[in-house]
Amino acid sequence: MSYSSHTKEDIHEMLSVIGVSSVDELFKDIPVSLRPRSFNLPEGKSEFEVTQYLKRLADKNATGLVNFVGAGFYDHFIPAAVDAIASRSEFYTAYTPYQPECSQGWLQAIYEYQTTICELTGLDVANASLYDGGTALYEAAMMAVRLTRRNKIIIDSGINLIYRTMLYTYTSNLSVEFVEISVVHGKSSREELIKHLDDKTAAVILQNPNFFGAIDDHSDVVAKAHEFGALAIQSTYPIALGILKSPGEMKFDIATGEGQSLGIPLSFGGPYLGFMAAKKELVRQMPGRIVGATVDKDGKRGFVLTLQTREQHIRREKATSNICSNEALCALRAVIFASLLGRDGLKELAQLNYQKAEFAKLELSRVPGVEVKRSCPTFNEFTVLLPKNADEVVHRMIQKGFACGFPLGRYYKGMDNYLLIAVTEKRTREEILTMAHCLEACL
Amino acid sequence: MKLIFELHKEGRKGFRPPASDVPAVAALDVRYTRKISARLPNVSELDVVRHFTNLSRLNFSVDTNFYPLGSCTMKYNPKFTERIAALEGFSAVHPLLPQLMGGGMLAQGSLEVLYETEKLLCEITGMNAFTMQPLAGAHGELTGVMLIAAYHKAKGSRRKYVIVPDSSHGTNPASAAIAGYEVKVIPTAADGYMDLGEYKKQLDQDTAAVMLTCPDTLGIFNPHIKEITDMAHASGALMYYDGANLNAVLGKCRPGDIGFDVVHINLHKTFGTPHGGGGPGAGPVGVNQNLADFLPIPRVTRRQDGTFALDYHRHKSIGYIAPFYGNFGVVLKALAYMLYLGKEGLVETSEHAVLNANYCRVKLQNYFDIAYDKTCMHECVFSASRQTKNGVHALDIAKYLIDKGYHPPTIYFPLIVKEAIMIEPTETESKETLDAFIETMIEIARLAQENPVLITQAPIHMPVKRLDETRAARQPNLRWQE
Repeated sequence: MSYSSHTKEDIHEMLSVIGVSSVDELFKDIPVSLRPRSFNLPEGKSEFEVTQYLKRLADKNATGLVNFVGAGFYDHFIPAAVDAIASRSEFYTAYTPYQPECSQGWLQAIYEYQTTICELTGLDVANASLYDGGTALYEAAMMAVRLTRRNKIIIDSGINLIYRTMLYTYTSNLSVEFVEISVVHGKSSREELIKHLDDKTAAVILQNPNFFGAIDDHSDVVAKAHEFGALAIQSTYPIALGILKSPGEMKFDIATGEGQSLGIPLSFGGPYLGFMAAKKELVRQMPGRIVGATVDKDGKRGFVLTLQTREQHIRREKATSNICSNEALCALRAVIFASLLGRDGLKELAQLNYQKAEFAKLELSRVPGVEVKRSCPTFNEFTVLLPKNADEVVHRMIQKGFACGFPLGRYYKGMDNYLLIAVTEKRTREEILTMAHCLEACL
Repeated sequence: MKLIFELHKEGRKGFRPPASDVPAVAALDVRYTRKISARLPNVSELDVVRHFTNLSRLNFSVDTNFYPLGSCTMKYNPKFTERIAALEGFSAVHPLLPQLMGGGMLAQGSLEVLYETEKLLCEITGMNAFTMQPLAGAHGELTGVMLIAAYHKAKGSRRKYVIVPDSSHGTNPASAAIAGYEVKVIPTAADGYMDLGEYKKQLDQDTAAVMLTCPDTLGIFNPHIKEITDMAHASGALMYYDGANLNAVLGKCRPGDIGFDVVHINLHKTFGTPHGGGGPGAGPVGVNQNLADFLPIPRVTRRQDGTFALDYHRHKSIGYIAPFYGNFGVVLKALAYMLYLGKEGLVETSEHAVLNANYCRVKLQNYFDIAYDKTCMHECVFSASRQTKNGVHALDIAKYLIDKGYHPPTIYFPLIVKEAIMIEPTETESKETLDAFIETMIEIARLAQENPVLITQAPIHMPVKRLDETRAARQPNLRWQE
């Protein structure tokens, strides 16, 4: 069954208006030789049957594990109001707001989202969202290349390996040179940075908290980058921005990151939310859609998509990016989530995440053989050194009902015994104690 | 309407996290903490719910209005797919679970969703393999062009150009440029097809790829398409299929059968996943055997025992173009849609989409100049040229339609038709809806002659009248300030 509503009579009437005797005639421009060689698809099923089949698949996924895995994507609580509003079909079945008079709801919501991202990052302007934190990072790097007309980028190896890999994939046909600097005792190596920074550097890219969960103040790196005329870009984590020094306060030029923690489910990898904010003088090089406020004929405030001459539908091969779709519905969830929390709620949530992780560090350091890495402060994620291979320990812990962390050996050479553990507000004291207890038994 | 920030009041509370059940700790060193708070609004939950609910009511949407937006395929979004995507078994799964030792067994359901969707899309398009990773149509285009680049690189050839017709969607040349290619544009001839003579001239050993939409953006199927693909292959170039118009040819024609090497699909168009006000979408990419090795990692494979695994060991792969496996939540909805429709449902979709567009074409062709006077596929392109003689432009017609409760058709695209108005009704609209829309369009044609000011002053019934877009660009106000 399709979702068409035509009756036999409808079809008959319409065909006679058109002046053909069958629907087939409307496809006469497709020669017989170009018809499908095969079209062996299963026959359609009822809503009930499809739902039952997919429910069975959903049940094959393990959702009962207590989750201590973060690594860039976090298990936070999503209040019911976010789902309730985002599932209104006036939002989710609407199109991109190119016709502003019938899209003020979407345009205002995005303007409020842009404001939220500016407040979180401490920067002046934000776009209407990009696909995810990785493409946002790539787009920021390309902005720097275009703005400085240089093509060397210094990139911290404390940035999520997935994002670095995406960056290299996207730029493989372009003449962009990357230099990776090491993380030493949790911090980006200032020594290596100085060595590589020169007047060919388009940008320096860092992450805070970095992949190991370590927090830093990057102001000195930003200052050095600016001395050489390079841009400074920071990839960051929105919940942490409830208490951490913001990229704006550190004087970064561009901030990007993954907005999944702002009310978006983990959903096995997507859809997610790439956010980007920048200093106001960089706005015309920003990719993606941007909403601006203006007035109508009667002087009433309204919102429109603006600065569209940057985009593909106008500039085509000269566009700042090829982006068309964004992640509007995810951006909506983010602004609803942020509004429900408010400035005080965000601070409380961040504090709670921080405290829970500190408690976990304390309990885990009591486990014989486990060394909690303490060279840097961390937010809600931290690194431990185990006396055994982390992959195997994780495997045993899964059997005890815990996804106890992410084995760092997967991403970093020589770190096979290291484990990355994330603790959000969803992890109870009980769960943390039991996890530590089971870990002890697994070692 | 006020902004949510304008509802802020000190002391108001919205959502609160649970109370702490762990000891308080010393505060973080002030070196690392922010001095200036993020000024999110302190509002109550009711404030938030009422605010955003009222905002939603300012939008047109498919669920409330007819959206004959050419090239966007604004069909009905089935509700049961929303319910499936919200199942905890799908929505709560961390994407890194399969990367833990033995973890592949923790996400078998999701891996099967990806695998089955790939299989179905292969059969629908006649391609050999698909990646679900691209997160949008344009992202799929970029991925496809990168696959083509990898193919040529592996052969040791350094081709510089991508050919596109002048009727192409902006994302085609933009994606080619982002991937490092220069773009050559071929004009459309008077018959509405890409100029074959010009094409032959521009096609050479330096052409990496030709990007086409089929049926094209004028809504016309080019019966010479196989000639075009054969010529490209003879020059060693690859053919790229922009699947934006796939809704016209389901079960009628498959890109894999007519010589296309790389294909992208817009799940949020053809496969009914919601547009979400601009996203998220998904743009899976299909390839033939020659390019399968270059697909992004990981690939979902099926073991002998029927279980699913993720294969990262593909040394020719271009790498990662997304953080994980694609917009899983969107792919899931598309799979549900395909399973519901089945073979007959998919074929009927194209048949009724094409029927509806031709019905509109025939009913309106005496009132509006038609760009190409021939059978169209799922969309038809008119021009407002006749109406401009009275000072009524495509933009004015669009604004008047808004007042009448219709989202306007696509205007000013494709670029090659002056004052273009592209109508794509889709298959999910009833004859009654089409008749009412047609009647309104005929009224517009009449008013354009008799009383054009009624059209040029529109809209007058919406929450805002025409907005000053020039001011928005010249004096950018892109965020609220306290």
